[in-house]
Amino acid sequence: MQNFAYAIAPDISSASEAAAQGAQLVAGGTEILNWMRLGIVSADRVIDITRLPELSSIDRQGDEIRIGALATLNQIEGSDIVRQDAPVLSQACLLAASAQLRNRATIGGNVLQKTRCPYFRAEAATDDRMPWPCNKRVPGSGCSARDGYFNRAALFGATEACVATQPSDPAVALAALDAELDLVGPAGSRSIPVTRFHVTQSEAADLAQTRQGRRLLGGDVPETPDALIENRLMPGEIIVAYRFYVDTASRNSAYVKLRERESYEYAMASAAVCLDQSAGQVRQTRIALGSIAQKPWRLSRAEAALSGQTLDEERLTSVLVTAFSDAEPLPHQDYKVKVAQGAVRRALTKAGGSIQ
Amino acid sequence: MTDMHKIETALTGIIVADDGAPLALPENGIGSPQRRMDGPDKVTGHATYAGEDMPNGTLHAVLVTSPVAKGRIAAIDTGRARAAPGVVRVLTPVDMPTLGSPSVPPTAQSKLPMSSLDIDYEGQPIAIVLAETLEQAEAGAGLVRIGIERAAPAVFNTAEVEVPPTEGNGYVLGELDPAHGDVDAGFANAAHRIEATYTTPTRHHNMMEPSVTLAEWRGGDLYLNDATQWSWGLQLALSGIFEMEPNRIHIRCPYTGGGFGAKGYVWPHQILAPIAARIVGRPVKLNLTRTGCYTGCGYQSGTQSRLRLASDAQGRLTAVEHHTENVTSISDDYIEFANIGTRGMYAMPAYRMTTRVRRANVGTPTAMRAPHEGPGMFALESAMDELAYEIGMDPLELRLANYTDSDPHSGKPFSSNKLLEAYAEGARRIGWSDRVHEPRSRRDGDKLLGLGMAGAIMTTFRNASQARVATTPDGRFTVEVGSQEIGTGTRTIFAQVVAERLGVPSERVTVVLGSTDLPPASATLGSASTISIGSAVATATDNLKTRLDHMAGRETRPDEWPDLLARLGVDRVQAEGAFTLPGDVSFDAHGGQTDYSMHTWGAVFVEMEVDEITGIARMRRAVAAYSAGRILNPVTARSQMIGGIIFGYGRAMLEASPMDPRYGRYLSKNLSGVQLPVNADIPRNIDVCFIEEHDPHASAIGVRGIGELGEVGVAAAITNAIYNATGKRVRDLPVHFEHLIA
Repeated sequence: MQNFAYAIAPDISSASEAAAQGAQLVAGGTEILNWMRLGIVSADRVIDITRLPELSSIDRQGDEIRIGALATLNQIEGSDIVRQDAPVLSQACLLAASAQLRNRATIGGNVLQKTRCPYFRAEAATDDRMPWPCNKRVPGSGCSARDGYFNRAALFGATEACVATQPSDPAVALAALDAELDLVGPAGSRSIPVTRFHVTQSEAADLAQTRQGRRLLGGDVPETPDALIENRLMPGEIIVAYRFYVDTASRNSAYVKLRERESYEYAMASAAVCLDQSAGQVRQTRIALGSIAQKPWRLSRAEAALSGQTLDEERLTSVLVTAFSDAEPLPHQDYKVKVAQGAVRRALTKAGGSIQ
Repeated sequence: MTDMHKIETALTGIIVADDGAPLALPENGIGSPQRRMDGPDKVTGHATYAGEDMPNGTLHAVLVTSPVAKGRIAAIDTGRARAAPGVVRVLTPVDMPTLGSPSVPPTAQSKLPMSSLDIDYEGQPIAIVLAETLEQAEAGAGLVRIGIERAAPAVFNTAEVEVPPTEGNGYVLGELDPAHGDVDAGFANAAHRIEATYTTPTRHHNMMEPSVTLAEWRGGDLYLNDATQWSWGLQLALSGIFEMEPNRIHIRCPYTGGGFGAKGYVWPHQILAPIAARIVGRPVKLNLTRTGCYTGCGYQSGTQSRLRLASDAQGRLTAVEHHTENVTSISDDYIEFANIGTRGMYAMPAYRMTTRVRRANVGTPTAMRAPHEGPGMFALESAMDELAYEIGMDPLELRLANYTDSDPHSGKPFSSNKLLEAYAEGARRIGWSDRVHEPRSRRDGDKLLGLGMAGAIMTTFRNASQARVATTPDGRFTVEVGSQEIGTGTRTIFAQVVAERLGVPSERVTVVLGSTDLPPASATLGSASTISIGSAVATATDNLKTRLDHMAGRETRPDEWPDLLARLGVDRVQAEGAFTLPGDVSFDAHGGQTDYSMHTWGAVFVEMEVDEITGIARMRRAVAAYSAGRILNPVTARSQMIGGIIFGYGRAMLEASPMDPRYGRYLSKNLSGVQLPVNADIPRNIDVCFIEEHDPHASAIGVRGIGELGEVGVAAAITNAIYNATGKRVRDLPVHFEHLIA
């Protein structure tokens, strides 16, 4: 870790400007300090955005809930609005990290977490001390996890260059809520669906060939862009809020997180389910899975297949088999498919669904 | 189940040392449930630890370590680091002085740090950066450039199996290959046989306080503040390495913030900090980072145990084989004696065991709670469960059928053994007689339920120890002993020993620990403190009374002593006491040269729930009953055993430090990548009890040791319960999704 200059941003535009020039933004600091200690990033300038006004409120206007990016996970978990109208998000926040971390961690920074892949998170002050290849750390060096021992590897969307997964819990819930993400940047404001914010490695490879992709990569397209682009946040852009509409399905929603340890651990697989079921029949459901891709993984085909149907064991099994038919677990990780399917089953029940 | 009722009725009148009625017990002295005397200091932050001191002029040291597991250092460029702000000096192998040859143990590794350009393991120290602040030292360490010619590392899975040397190997605890009776006939004539291989993973101690050494030279004397479990071992090791008189080396260890074995022996940082301090002529503090602890102070080697059991139709063992292997380093032969518990647990007419190592590019393993019996009893007690199912016999009945009242290996009688009572009491508390033997028989909603049990055995380790007890005219007493307080309640126990011996309130006893300027004492490891030092304190207390009686010219009571001292004009009267071992050795195991075999025992019972749809298992209940000699303090004793059971849960369900064999590096070297149990994993109602017992042979105060025992047997009880729940046998720890998911 090296010395850096620290400043408090007085407003969003100056924070955005600093970020565009390469400064690292810090809010809760629960991730970036790890990155700096591990040698994942080294920053000359760190800009504290925690004093920006009006970014931590959780409001409801009509059927729309808006959550400011500086709201902490514990604030969201404890919010009556969220608990009542989107329990899936409250639960996802509660099941993330530890109480102490949730008091610090903000929902804006949370979706920008990096993968828990231990090859990526090796302590190495400099590139020449990296003990093994990792395309995210040293572009072009290779991927150690693909033939290695990372059991949180992607089932979907990975490439030869990288098998990382996005570990955020709240992002999975926000994806199941069809939330929009509000961004402010040098070019103004824009919104993007949470489900489109993160990109898988294969999406990253395609994106790299576009003008937007080149900008995301800072100009040059290296040999392994699929390991390097993780989301569509442009240089200088800041997440300011999430918005989603409340409906019957969001009110009957649940989050299930499966992991070796009961608490304070990342998921092997997780599932966020919003379910509108009436008289045994599914009117609408939205299902997102976590920790199985570099983005929250919506089961859109399964959602459509269940819509208007009764939730019986046979149908659910067949829908889940289809949903994972193109999953590509690493060798010896076939069980991960079953774990993910188990998460969906348990989340459906937890959301109030009755499986016949 | 009828036999079960037999044991419960045959052993009526079992008395447990503390059955949840602490208020009925005496308020002072032995057997009373006293809280830790240093508890308030610890929880309020008043207690200071070795790394908190900062003498004027202290430099911070940060190690630069090898990122590869095998190779040779071709070049070290320290130029940029030396030019960095605050950096005072960068030391590399060329700066190392000539040193004496270390004795192993107490030194953990025979190859001294930074003594060669060959890289034998990932994490091996290559350079030390010394700077005015920790941040500057860390930044400087990042600027050291190292050129290494890399080579492919040897790893556990592919390394050759070797017979470890016994000559001159301080890590040999017993015979490597004990054998007795006609094993082949025992198998040939058996009614039932099972054979299976069990593995336990490499895992790390992950103690709360990372290791730290603060070294300062004053004249020709070396002063160390050190987070250690064995001040005297550190003194002895450094005395050999620096070729100094031991009494010129002063170790201070105010408190030790956990260790579990990682702070038992002497590791590179404890040798390098004094060398650096000597070279720069300033105090040097070297605090291992959490990452540094993964390669800097040992770990428990993964083990592989191959078990063969044979029994007659009634379940009586006719032959036993237990063959074990562990990984060790290029330089040393650490042996994880995973078959040592198997040597003492059951009546065996014939047995054959082998103990082997595989040499790899790793640091040297070390003892970790519980060494030897910890991994080994997972294998034996899993195999016993498998045998029980093979026979169609209740697993507890199988244990009863094979109970032995003498050591099957040495033939000696046990110093004391209440294992039958522990089985019975544990079974009663968990409700074993309601267990359904057939797997997959019990359900609660989505979950399958199962009950499992395992026996536990632990070697009794003893160390020669001394202690001093003094009294002053104010009616107070002081115990002085160079022991360490690691969180187990050592200080409180010693005060209780004095209080009971003299019939005085323990609040009047001050216990001074943590310095080699005090009487030499046992290491805080192997459950050996209370048995060894407690006995020395008791003897010193008795000697003090004798001295005061002599001064008075008659038999006196302690309440007369303040007047006696005032009358004689004496400020302080003190006496020494010693705990010595037969053969005048400094250490023994299993009773050493006595006529008795010494072990502790336990019976662990666990209820598990398993959701096969998600692959998740959780513990519902745990009950453990122990035979461990006299229990001096039920509060601290129970606390240790609950901790041990949680440790065992970690072994069974979570903990592992997998290594990528391509690189010879642990996958993750921090707590975010290695799972330890958290509160949410542990059921509220862990029920621990001790069978009332007084061991007249092991110590002067009726005790044996308890700390390691709590971890033993837990993993097997858990996987046996999982088998009872699901019919799935987990032989490779930790239990994981793929073992359980439908």
